[in-house]
Amino acid sequence: MSAGEPGPFAAPWEAQVFALVVALRDAGLFTWSEWAEALGRVIHPGGDDAAPADYGAWIAALEELLAARGIAPPDGLAARRDAWLRAAAATPHGQPIRLENDPLGPG
Amino acid sequence: MRALESILVEKGYVDPAALDALVEMYETKIGPHNGARVVARAWTDPDYRARLLADATPAIAELDIGGRGGEHMVVVENTAEVHNLVVCTLCSCYPWPVLGLPPVWYKAPPYRARAVIDPRGVLAEFGLTLPGSTRIAVWDSTAETRYMVLPRRPAGTEGWDEARLAALVTRDAMIGTGLARAPGGASA
Repeated sequence: MSAGEPGPFAAPWEAQVFALVVALRDAGLFTWSEWAEALGRVIHPGGDDAAPADYGAWIAALEELLAARGIAPPDGLAARRDAWLRAAAATPHGQPIRLENDPLGPG
Repeated sequence: MRALESILVEKGYVDPAALDALVEMYETKIGPHNGARVVARAWTDPDYRARLLADATPAIAELDIGGRGGEHMVVVENTAEVHNLVVCTLCSCYPWPVLGLPPVWYKAPPYRARAVIDPRGVLAEFGLTLPGSTRIAVWDSTAETRYMVLPRRPAGTEGWDEARLAALVTRDAMIGTGLARAPGGASA
């Protein structure tokens, strides 16, 4: 590899979404063709070519695919996202954020 | 991301250890050095080159390179007459096993849109000006078929072994936005 070439991921969350998509495809939840179609829909919402096919688009495409398959419905995902945000707010700085720290969580 | 991942882990669709292993593999093991090995072999072994151009997937597998995103590979050869350029106009389809994950510009709208309508202008932006007599062929990768360019072997590399040659083969040379490096170190 040439010197100074950046790694494949600009941030840890990019690596996370990449690995999730690969693992779910390996598990048979969708094919690469279905993945490319879903990603294409996110990038070309009105048929125009406006959005980059970056990892932000990967998240949107993955959420759409999983919602369509009933695996992670949007309301459940939103509730979980709120729980993580509450947990983050309740976690002292410097400590790992854990879902158990959500004050409204099941404990 | 954390929300989605935690739901999928709970439901048993993914294993966190497997996710970590995937990230490590793509960060450390899979990258353009794999494609460079393929190119160097093709430059030094005419029979291999013929197999690679006829049916790339098994020829690449001969070097123990394969896996996701490389199920159906096609290798297109640059010559004095034709320069090949690879794009994915839909999204970001890319031959992961041989090139790793795509650079940011490959996924960006300007490249995806303009590689097809103005390939010569795109190449100029990469600092690559080809003779007017060289035709530019643009290949649109899809989820099913992923292309890699076999660049031309630089002059002055007669007698070089594969490892030395592979060091001249850049990622961009295998996408078609560049050429293999000249032996002196500068881009050919």
